[in-house]
Amino acid sequence: MQFEVSVQKKLGAFHLDAAFSLDGRRVGIFGASGCGKSTLMHLLAGLLKPDNGRIRLGEAVLFDSTAGINVPPEKRRVGVVFQHAHLFPHMSVQRNLLYGWRRTPEQDRHIKPEAIIEVLHLGHLLDRGVNLLSGGERQRVALARTVLTCPRLILMDEPLAGLDEELKSQIMLYLNKVFSNFDIPLLFISHSLLEMRLMTEQILIIENGQIVRQVATEELAQSTWAAPRQGYVNLLRLGQPKPHGDLWAYQWGDVSLILTDYGENEENIFELESREILLFKRHPEATSARNLLPCTVRKIFTVGNRVRVELQCGSQPLIVQIVPESRRELELEEGKEVVAVIKASAFRRLM
Amino acid sequence: MSFLQPSDIQAIILSFKVAFSATLLSTPLGIGVAYILVHTRIPGKAFWEGLVNLPLVLPPVVIGYLLLVLFGRHGWIGQFLAKFNIQIIFTLTGAIIASAVVGFPLLVRSIRLGMESVDASYRRAARTLGAGFWDTFFTITLPLSGRAILAGMTLMFARSLGEFGATIILAGNIPGVTQTIPLAIYEYTSSPRGDRMALSLCLVSILLSFIVLLASSAAAKTLNKG
Repeated sequence: MQFEVSVQKKLGAFHLDAAFSLDGRRVGIFGASGCGKSTLMHLLAGLLKPDNGRIRLGEAVLFDSTAGINVPPEKRRVGVVFQHAHLFPHMSVQRNLLYGWRRTPEQDRHIKPEAIIEVLHLGHLLDRGVNLLSGGERQRVALARTVLTCPRLILMDEPLAGLDEELKSQIMLYLNKVFSNFDIPLLFISHSLLEMRLMTEQILIIENGQIVRQVATEELAQSTWAAPRQGYVNLLRLGQPKPHGDLWAYQWGDVSLILTDYGENEENIFELESREILLFKRHPEATSARNLLPCTVRKIFTVGNRVRVELQCGSQPLIVQIVPESRRELELEEGKEVVAVIKASAFRRLM
Repeated sequence: MSFLQPSDIQAIILSFKVAFSATLLSTPLGIGVAYILVHTRIPGKAFWEGLVNLPLVLPPVVIGYLLLVLFGRHGWIGQFLAKFNIQIIFTLTGAIIASAVVGFPLLVRSIRLGMESVDASYRRAARTLGAGFWDTFFTITLPLSGRAILAGMTLMFARSLGEFGATIILAGNIPGVTQTIPLAIYEYTSSPRGDRMALSLCLVSILLSFIVLLASSAAAKTLNKG
């Protein structure tokens, strides 16, 4: 998806002046609350009119103040999933789902209701009134309703805010399924770095109504290292597990990892705190930890009393946090071989 | 002597005709005015709001008189209608107009409150789902303010059943033509030995108002469910 935006909008004392151009299928807009994320989303969806500027999505010009073009929201084919699902309270789940689909021209309807109902497990909810749904169900219905309009792009405005942690990972699993199954470009708005890392490939950082940076998501995650009290979390995408005694073995690149947790999906995402990894100079003879991975040090970076060590573990990168004293004792330097030791229980399953 | 005279039955039927017509004719206009007052930024909004609400605070007799001036033979509208041979004063149409004007503020107030309580996010969501302005209006705004519209219609209907002051001035008190229940009661009370008949019509009036209230609450319940 090619996206070219340059818009200005004044709202009271707040001034939004955003310009970016990008090409990607999963893009995040990241920033603190009140920085203009939602305003930008409203401008893109056509719910607010920019004072001036231009919005182009693929071949289509959605807004151009000089040419006098302002495509109304219902003609933009830009879907929005709002923070609070905004399901229509006077309609059943089914009527909510089909509201947009019925209004989509037949030649654009390339997603079938049955397909999305199946992917998002909505079958048993169809006849219910929307007031009887739980928070997670509401978001799933809202997502399905938007996907069924077969939009050129879906904007998601903090769709996970207000849901508890377990529900978040559950919904995120659904989101990933939907966006890979139906291949719809996504613009994901959030202030959670973890959500960004799970949902997006690149990120626009917005501050005070201005796009200040455009980076790859992983690059942003690693750069937050410098901020105090924020450790780095390794995200590991692992395949299906095989039983290994009473534990589970997962393939991670060309090495095998032993975990306590079972993941039933085809792809299971685990987080691993960089602080929970121990480094040894040589292979220890025996240890209670189940994972001993020979690695090569690629980069070392010190901030205050924390040292961040980037390791190459077979084909996979791994980031470890230690203290300067350990670095001296281990005589760490780039290119040196070490052994990373991780307990089987250190991995926390996200989705 | 039976409970109700034939002329009483006529008065009841006329009352219904007036109340139904006034309510039904005013509702689309009331919805439109309420929408404009809630959702648009027209210049001099406070003035228009005042104008809509004025009949609520003016004595109905004053409204009746102003309508008489407007629709009378020499009034602005009366003169114009006279060209087409249409007469308003002392006719059923006059009674309907009087009721409609007096009840209109109640209708608009109620619908307005309802529309204000409809979260704008629903309309935005509908727009992004491909519904145009009118589509959104008919499928989201109207159904979601349905209860308020119904409540406004009930209020107006009940108000029209009881309309007296404006009606008697604009439409007169002609049995079988413009004599509604309140006007008939008025006539009974001013005639000797009319007490009993006035009382029976009062009972009818109470009964009717009660039925209207029950019907409206029942309708609101079904609307709520749907």
